[in-house]
Amino acid sequence: MPDATGLELIAQGLRDRNPDAVLDTLHFRGEATISVAPAHVREVLLALREQGYSFLASLHGVDYYPEEPRLSVHWQLLDMSAVDRICVKVRLPLDDAHVDSVVDIWPGANHPEREVYDMFGIVFDGHPDLRRILMPEDYEGYPQRRDFPVGGEPVIFTYNEDKIPGWTQ
Amino acid sequence: MEITRAKLGAPAVEGGGEEFRIQQQRARDMLRGDLTDAELEAYVEERVLTTTLDKVTAWAQGNSMFPATFGLACCAIEMMSLPGARLDIGRFGFEAFRASPRQADMLILSGRVSIKMAPIVRRIYDQMLEPRWAISMGACCSSMGVFNNYAIVPADKFMPIDVHVPGCPPRPEALAHAILKLRSKVQGNPPRGWRERYEAIGTEEVVGAADRPGVNAINVFQSGETQGA
Repeated sequence: MPDATGLELIAQGLRDRNPDAVLDTLHFRGEATISVAPAHVREVLLALREQGYSFLASLHGVDYYPEEPRLSVHWQLLDMSAVDRICVKVRLPLDDAHVDSVVDIWPGANHPEREVYDMFGIVFDGHPDLRRILMPEDYEGYPQRRDFPVGGEPVIFTYNEDKIPGWTQ
Repeated sequence: MEITRAKLGAPAVEGGGEEFRIQQQRARDMLRGDLTDAELEAYVEERVLTTTLDKVTAWAQGNSMFPATFGLACCAIEMMSLPGARLDIGRFGFEAFRASPRQADMLILSGRVSIKMAPIVRRIYDQMLEPRWAISMGACCSSMGVFNNYAIVPADKFMPIDVHVPGCPPRPEALAHAILKLRSKVQGNPPRGWRERYEAIGTEEVVGAADRPGVNAINVFQSGETQGA
């Protein structure tokens, strides 16, 4: 992990390239995080990749409901020679959940991006084949969003079986 | 105290040995063709065991069921130990796990069935030849267990299940018990378990007397008292 000073140096380097790119930095419990504006995610990731953070260790989605903007994508980058990690975050509003795909930079991002799309409904622009990966293709809704109902089914026992609508079908 | 000694194999009933010798002689006469009409009739009535074809087929089906080789999740690990040396389900004729549903009689749903997997499970069940049976093993495919969420579907929703096995996962012994339950079900004499012992037939859990009139229920949940778990 870069320490707090190192994180600020990296962030300043990114700001020097593009003053709008970095929104915020956070160094919390040894983890360095950079918040990025949605429009500049790709150039930030490319810049970090040039600096040595060349391995995409993880790509995942988060729902920060009820905060706004709700949705978020995290990229965990790893510098394998320095054994140094950094996290890039972007926050996306629900009505405009678009972010650039990084499949052409890291081909391994293909399935994680599909999974984030499947679970959170975040669209990755430029993804070669953005389909659902875990849920059935005709599934409606995005189940990992916080406002998605948790319990799928009432459990059928003999005392409540005729109270559960449609269970015989 | 007087001790009487008897020859080993001696008849328990007085004169039984004589009767046995008569039976032997009659069998010899029958083989020679010396028995006729009424005598032959009586002989056949004594010796031949009659049953129905249904009972014979049920006996055969129940004693040599081939399960499909089909594991879904962690319950499958428990299922795999069943044909092993310790439990040896081959004692009951269930050891031949078949890799094709066409050759299988029984489907053990061992694990959770996701919504995406459910059509595949149903297709495998449809491909099995009649008569076929299904055991739902573990909490997940019986009542969705700890995965009661968007991804899992209970097996009763999409296929008929004969025996449910509770547990997370059930011990292999529990599955062996379920297999024996299924066998007795196939052979047409399912035991009623504790209900028979306690003379409690007809006291199954029901919602309330108002919902099902005529049911003499003891352990009744009043409507609205209990939420669906």
